[in-house]
Amino acid sequence: MHGTRILDEADRLMTVCNSCRYCEGLCAVFPAMEMRRAFSDGDLNYLANLCHSCGACYVDCQFSPPHEFNVNVPQTLAIARAESYAAYAWPRALSGVFARNGLVISVVAALSMAAFILGFAALNDRSVLLGVHTGPGAFYKLMPHNTMAALFGAAFLYAILALVMSVRTFWRDIGTPIGGRADGSSIFQAIRDAGELRYLHGGGVGCYNEDDKPTDRRKLYHHLTFYGFLLCFAATSVATLYHYLLGREAPYPWWDLPVVLGTLGGIGLVIGPIGLFIAKSRRASELLDEKRYGMDVGFIAMLFLTGLTGMLLLLLRETAAMGPLLALHLGAVFALFITMPYGKFVHGIYRFAALVRYAQERKTGA
Amino acid sequence: MSSKYDVLVIGGGNAALCAAISARRGGASVLVLEGAPKFYRGGNTRHTRNMRCAHDAATEILTGPYTEQEFWEDLLRVTGGQTDEVLARHMIRESKDILNWIVEQGVRWQPSLGGTLSLGRTNSFFLGGGRAMLNALYLTAERLGVDIEYDAEVADLVIEDGMFLAARLKRPIKGEIEIRATSLVAAAGGFEANIEWLKQYWGEAADNFLIRGTPYNRGSILKMLLDKGVQEVGDPTQCHAVAIDARAPKFDGGIITRHDSVVFGIVVNKNSQRFYDEGEDIWPKRYAIWGRLVAAQPDQIAYIIFDSTVVTSFMPTLFPPIAGQTIAELAGKLGLDPAALEKTITEFNAAVRPGTFDHTILDDCVTEGITPPKTHWARKIETPPYLAYPVRPGITFTYLGTRVNKESRILMADGKPSANMFAAGEIMAGNVLGKGYAAGIGMTIGSVFGRIAGREAARYAKN
Repeated sequence: MHGTRILDEADRLMTVCNSCRYCEGLCAVFPAMEMRRAFSDGDLNYLANLCHSCGACYVDCQFSPPHEFNVNVPQTLAIARAESYAAYAWPRALSGVFARNGLVISVVAALSMAAFILGFAALNDRSVLLGVHTGPGAFYKLMPHNTMAALFGAAFLYAILALVMSVRTFWRDIGTPIGGRADGSSIFQAIRDAGELRYLHGGGVGCYNEDDKPTDRRKLYHHLTFYGFLLCFAATSVATLYHYLLGREAPYPWWDLPVVLGTLGGIGLVIGPIGLFIAKSRRASELLDEKRYGMDVGFIAMLFLTGLTGMLLLLLRETAAMGPLLALHLGAVFALFITMPYGKFVHGIYRFAALVRYAQERKTGA
Repeated sequence: MSSKYDVLVIGGGNAALCAAISARRGGASVLVLEGAPKFYRGGNTRHTRNMRCAHDAATEILTGPYTEQEFWEDLLRVTGGQTDEVLARHMIRESKDILNWIVEQGVRWQPSLGGTLSLGRTNSFFLGGGRAMLNALYLTAERLGVDIEYDAEVADLVIEDGMFLAARLKRPIKGEIEIRATSLVAAAGGFEANIEWLKQYWGEAADNFLIRGTPYNRGSILKMLLDKGVQEVGDPTQCHAVAIDARAPKFDGGIITRHDSVVFGIVVNKNSQRFYDEGEDIWPKRYAIWGRLVAAQPDQIAYIIFDSTVVTSFMPTLFPPIAGQTIAELAGKLGLDPAALEKTITEFNAAVRPGTFDHTILDDCVTEGITPPKTHWARKIETPPYLAYPVRPGITFTYLGTRVNKESRILMADGKPSANMFAAGEIMAGNVLGKGYAAGIGMTIGSVFGRIAGREAARYAKN
């Protein structure tokens, strides 16, 4: 018996699946399962995070409901996965945030944006807040660069710390032999597998979302979202380097690297989350972890808001709307950063760790 | 659904869908009547995982060549010669092209699954298993414009002088409807789920059979055809039957209830007596005889008994083994006489000769001086906990069928081919399989004869 009902169910399913194995060509979950005959909590959390929710094993399974064996691997692993986020959260005291995640994320986002607006309003003259600013340093008329860098740097560092602590616990739990370290080639393999979403394709035919036809487009939308996010992150990083190394202050002209990266990324961060949201709302209920709808949508919404406010800021930065939009954008980004360790963002971190573990297992057989 | 088609296909599995697709590609309008609800569509195909096809060279997923001659020799051996050589050789020849044709219909292959290495050269595995294969065929059929009706129970066939005219379809709400078609492909499987019919040949023993597929494989189309002057083929007691876990559900337990542990231990009946050489041959060549062997034992039950040293030698099982620290304790849990089981195991252990164990070859671990002997892989059962799986006959499909010719055309009792009736799949498997089985051959029969039947049915309809 395991600690939770969902892990008991995952164990039951893995026992059924391990005596069948028809799905072993579909993804990484089943080959990893076949390397085991019994499943610890850590094993099940590993398999749960290895699952990309492509849905193929449900559509292909002769024992899925209404069959009495009631085999529903995607949904069971989705629930187990979400519960694992809470179980590995650092500090432990904040694991409850996952229980009402949609609510928490909305409140944090609202507070964060409100704080920036109020802060801007309180600390700046009305003419500054609603004024038209152009040329280098325009943004910093509203908020000094060093304050901005310190605030976001601190939020980002905290997020990194919390994520590292969480994933360490996860890694220890899933890693046998104990104390096993990740090696370079396994990490490289995992980067490739994650980068191309190798296991989000139903074994080659495509993924399933709303029905039994492999017409799902989540892979495309996820790529837009993920690479959009990375491009935006790169834009910010380049801009930071410009500021400190070259002494060049934002805003930059449209053709300059930070703006080009940010624009491309912003487009991805607007379109991708919309696509993911539509896919999520159409997803067949038997594949969905309905309790975690708020968490999923909360994260999608945060990414969308970040992309949208960023794009609006770019378009309207030479108008009087710049001040309020900057407040909204910074509020969204700040909320995104501080909630990273306590929302759907963590799926990428745990899945990456699981992919590293899988690459390792495939190589060494242990 | 209209009430007149070129080709009517009755059934919804591999053979039926191959026939429907092939007829539709031949230009015919096609209706498929599947008696099961959508989830249970496809009969036994939903539980399959591979197909045996001849090929002259290794492929991406097959480890080496498997020639027509070798396939034929395998078939000859498993059936003990009880096969129609002309039909069988024709099927084997056609199977070569099926490897590609079925991919064109959307089915995807993968290398042999974990735990089935001995089939890696001869059998092509479906990526995602049989239901994935079926899903692909259904998607293709729908895309091509084949009409498909589920829960479509055929009440009667109108056949006059060997000529199919129409099928009467029972509909739960709207009452009966008559569907006319120019030709018929009967691909509705055997009668394994029809316990009453099985009892005609097996008596009360059939009550103890477990049926590995859905409860919809009742053989009603087969019965109608045989009642209307179609020539019968095959021994009605012959079927594909394996030993499956006695704790499995009555229907549709599929592949996961089977046991691969026979060669690692001994098998006793309810009197604690051994009854067959557990080490006769490599397991994949023998697994399909154990259903009949158990069916012949009292109360149709047997127990695979082994010890803790071999527990990881075979694939993990759906149901855990029943365990006892002593033979007597295990016997108690199984409801066997402890003294009798102890005696059988003591005698077996004393008969085991030293040897070098290797389950991948016919090794030299044998017994001496007991009947029946265990001629390979015989090792003492002496390390507790002692473990057991109770097993019963699990019937996959029956071999009684309709006789056909090379065109998959049904032959009438007088030997004349029907003008417009064709059969494919398990409903005519008895033409090729008089008895015995070789892994994946049921799917070969389905795809090859399904494709031929669909093509010929369309050709007849379009002329």
